[in-house]
Amino acid sequence: MSRAPLRDLLVGLFVLAGLGAVAYLSLSVGGLSTHGPGGLPVFADFDEIGGLKPRAQVVISGVKVGQVASIALDDKYRARVKLDLDAHLKLPVDTSASIMTSGLLGDRYVSLQLGGESEILKPGDRIAMTESAVVLERLIGKLVYGGDRGKTE
Amino acid sequence: MVTVVEDLGWSATRFVVDLGRLARFAAQVARAAVAPPIRVRLFVQEVFKLGVLSLLIVCVCGLAVGMVLSLQGYHTLVRFGAEQSLGAVVGLSLIRELGPVLTGLLATGRAGSATTAEIGTMVATEQLDALRMMSVDPVDLVVTPRALAMVFVMPMLAALFIVFGLFGGYLVGVGLMGVDPGSYMSSLQSAVDFRDDVGGSLLKALIFGVLVGLIATYRGFFAAPTSAGVGAATTSTVVVASVSILIFDYFITALWGV
Amino acid sequence: MVSPSVTNGVRDDPHVELVRVRMAFGDREVFRALSCRFPRGRISVVLGGSGSGKSTVLRLIGGLVRPQAGNIWVDRDDVTRRSERELYAVRKKLGMMFQDGALLDSMTVFDNLAFPLREHTAASEAEITAAVRTSLDAVGLSRVDELLPGQLSGGMVKRVALARAIITRPIILLCDEPFSGLDPVSVKLIEALLVRVNRQLHATMIVVSHHIASTMRMADRVVLLLPDGTVDGTAEELRRSTDPRVVAFLSEDAPPPAPAADARW
Repeated sequence: MSRAPLRDLLVGLFVLAGLGAVAYLSLSVGGLSTHGPGGLPVFADFDEIGGLKPRAQVVISGVKVGQVASIALDDKYRARVKLDLDAHLKLPVDTSASIMTSGLLGDRYVSLQLGGESEILKPGDRIAMTESAVVLERLIGKLVYGGDRGKTE
Repeated sequence: MVTVVEDLGWSATRFVVDLGRLARFAAQVARAAVAPPIRVRLFVQEVFKLGVLSLLIVCVCGLAVGMVLSLQGYHTLVRFGAEQSLGAVVGLSLIRELGPVLTGLLATGRAGSATTAEIGTMVATEQLDALRMMSVDPVDLVVTPRALAMVFVMPMLAALFIVFGLFGGYLVGVGLMGVDPGSYMSSLQSAVDFRDDVGGSLLKALIFGVLVGLIATYRGFFAAPTSAGVGAATTSTVVVASVSILIFDYFITALWGV
Repeated sequence: MVSPSVTNGVRDDPHVELVRVRMAFGDREVFRALSCRFPRGRISVVLGGSGSGKSTVLRLIGGLVRPQAGNIWVDRDDVTRRSERELYAVRKKLGMMFQDGALLDSMTVFDNLAFPLREHTAASEAEITAAVRTSLDAVGLSRVDELLPGQLSGGMVKRVALARAIITRPIILLCDEPFSGLDPVSVKLIEALLVRVNRQLHATMIVVSHHIASTMRMADRVVLLLPDGTVDGTAEELRRSTDPRVVAFLSEDAPPPAPAADARW
């Protein structure tokens, strides 16, 4: 210790406190995961993703199990979404993926509903059953115009 | 009329010359930082003076800012029935902007001005010349430990400011205004992303640390060796560093893509 | 304009020499073509009125300022041709006693004296303690080790500054106004110390001062900086000089110039 051990102690405590604050903000608040990225990449194609963004959550029964890695257009002009899921997940091949909204005006996220098959998804597989995002304008449009059509038919 | 234009020209030229001198100074500081002797004890001493002694003001101000944000935020959000997102509002404001910027300004006023005054006084009392005559590089002994300490300390002070701010926001939002604690924390956690928000915040704090560290030591080093000169240098540090922080804040925010 | 100098030939070899040095700060020219020699191992004094550029001479020798023209030889090194980094090597031969001490005010007296040793030698702490003790004894100070410079009296500051300047055993010692701000007793003390240092260390000493009595007593060589040139020689030669400027400067008995007829106060 130098000739001012109290000062060194305080500096050490300060550094600990500072690093602790940084760690808290990064891990607890910022959601930086201490284990690496998921490990189970799967794909899902949607007609409409409706505002879904990369790094949006992927949940099963409301619990986060991964995040959206990337979104691109495939050659049929559908949205090809790459999901990065936790490696330990065992999902049947007939699992379905739907794009939901959290709250009324909230962010989009992907919710997975488990299927019943015994075969499970492997890295790089594609989720066959998908449900596109509900876009509020189209819903309202259907209500407004669909009501009239109902009357005429 | 012509003299006004002349004066402007002179000011502009002086400004560019000053900038060039600052750049050369920064290079000297950087070189002294990596070349031996490495002055660890002095660095620790400066971390104490700049960091530990700023703790109280940073934490108190962080707490206060968090509380005000929460109060203001609640009153606005409750009108849209969105008060459960209070955590996100307080958190994002603190992390993205108010944390690094306000910490930078506080550090400038407290630690930056003290550094300039210290170094300026050493110039006025010929201590830096005495060092040169003893074959010791005054940049290596006096400037570099202080500049490095400022860069090191700033992100940590900013993080502490933010944490205290979040706590203050929690106290007011949950304790006073009745927001559900679970919603406060979960909206905070889901809104804040490490790379975009926390990472950008720490990067800003780091850059602000470099700015304040360099400007404060530069102004002190080149202060006129009189008490008036030291005073002018100290004022200049506070003004220049504060303005630089705010201007750089814009550019970092724009470039970081938040 | 080269002054009519009163030299003693090259009997004493110059340890430090200024050759036709021109120094100007912006528009203000301090000297146009200053040439003078400071012989090895002797005490040389630079005298002059305020603003005559005395302190600048020391700063030029130390390389703290650069002249507009001319050469400055310090122990066969031309400091005008050296880069800052190379100057650090030259300065290791120099010791400087600053007018207000220029002690590092955040360190104790002990640390101030130990500083050059800690920086440039591999001496152990025990050796450093011994060296500091010796230096403080040499200037007649004790029990000041743990004091900060701010707690010292003016005379003590000067003595600590001198101790620091000699602790590395320099071969050239520069003293900037060592007698300024001191009471008559302290002045005599510093004068005695400086003479003793010169005898013991055999260092070439260049003292800048406007304190005529002490400097004339201790100087082997005097350089008098006048507005229109320099006069140098031994103290005796200057005292016997008939040059009216020298006489006017040295004569402390002369009445002050009469104030202008219309001067108020």
